[in-house]
Amino acid sequence: MKTPVAFTLNGVERAAFADPGQNLLDFLRRAVGDLTPKYGCGQGGCGACTVVVDGKTVLSCLVLAETVAGKRVETAAGLAQGAALHPLQHAFMEHFAAQCGYCTPGMLISARALLDRNPNPSRAEIVEAISGNLCRCTGYEPIIAAIESVAAGRTRA
Amino acid sequence: MTRVETYPTLAEAARALGEAAYMAGGTLVMRDVNAGTAPPRLVRAADPELTAISAAGDSIRLGAGVTMAQILARPELDFLHEAARRIGGPQIRNMATVGGNLFAPHPYGDLAVALIALGGRAILAGQGTRPVEQIVRERERPPLVAAIEIARPRPGAFGFAKVARVKPKGASVLALAVLAPREGSTLRGVRVALGAMGDHPLRSAGAERALEGRPFDAEAIARAARQVAEGLDPPTDSLATGWYRREVAGVHLARLLESLRGGRA
Repeated sequence: MKTPVAFTLNGVERAAFADPGQNLLDFLRRAVGDLTPKYGCGQGGCGACTVVVDGKTVLSCLVLAETVAGKRVETAAGLAQGAALHPLQHAFMEHFAAQCGYCTPGMLISARALLDRNPNPSRAEIVEAISGNLCRCTGYEPIIAAIESVAAGRTRA
Repeated sequence: MTRVETYPTLAEAARALGEAAYMAGGTLVMRDVNAGTAPPRLVRAADPELTAISAAGDSIRLGAGVTMAQILARPELDFLHEAARRIGGPQIRNMATVGGNLFAPHPYGDLAVALIALGGRAILAGQGTRPVEQIVRERERPPLVAAIEIARPRPGAFGFAKVARVKPKGASVLALAVLAPREGSTLRGVRVALGAMGDHPLRSAGAERALEGRPFDAEAIARAARQVAEGLDPPTDSLATGWYRREVAGVHLARLLESLRGGRA
């Protein structure tokens, strides 16, 4: 028995059917077609599936799909405006913050959530903000540098 | 196939529970759903009471559905901040609940350690209240918890410490919480709680005996450190052996007690 779920995805109203017990990650990828959240561990340990629900970062693999009915869901697919990349996406390219790229959508979502509430974070605050996102390639330094560069840019602006 | 039932109140969810698993923040139960090991029925409650935080004087009531992030957003809950901050990463803290933490499997359950040291009481769905230290033992059939009641500790009387190999996000090698109220120069009503030192968070009878009714001095601290793991059989896992946990528990307890004694907690 499928449950109809109507919600907004990156500001656009969407509706799809969720299977019983289906998690939000699987629902977004299979039923809705947004492939930016990644399936890493399925246990809440890696952060590759990070999305925002009603303004809060959550792990979509641990969210029941049917519970987002009527809520606002944001994914990395909503970062770029048409061809114009988000400043964080530019910074990740500039600083070589993506190698295999699997953690990148989750990292970008966690980084944006940080900058939205704290436009000028310290390095320690950046480390804390991405502590729920694992990266097995970069050693984190390029990712931290990319986020720092956007934070610094906002301060100058 | 997992069937999920959502009820408007906790009372209705409690009546419908039966053999189903109760799901709150999802950080524990959804892992089982994803692995295909969850019970066929899950029960939830969309009860606004569950996410409420209220304070009357020094008595604080935390709804069982209050998240770690909610605790961290409330300055008046500052004594719980160190425990809440050290749980998971930001996403987990936005999801994980007070009630779920009580029954989180080893090595999780850091907040429960703090609540036990604070003498917290669990308000059950329609069945009175019971000490947190008792209900955390009921892993097979966890009671449905509506809220936790705790008394605000006197300034400098409470401390929490978590020992993890990875920072800022790492699971507990062990977790410690101490309530050490003083009457004059004497310790009265001492409670020492430990996490990752057994199948569930628990109190250290040995450490409490060493401190209760004594002056808060180096001798009492040394004795508490020697006795902290008395009668305990800590688990061995990928983070630490049971032997290591027993060996270092006293070192970390002594540090926490010293910081409380010096007013640095």
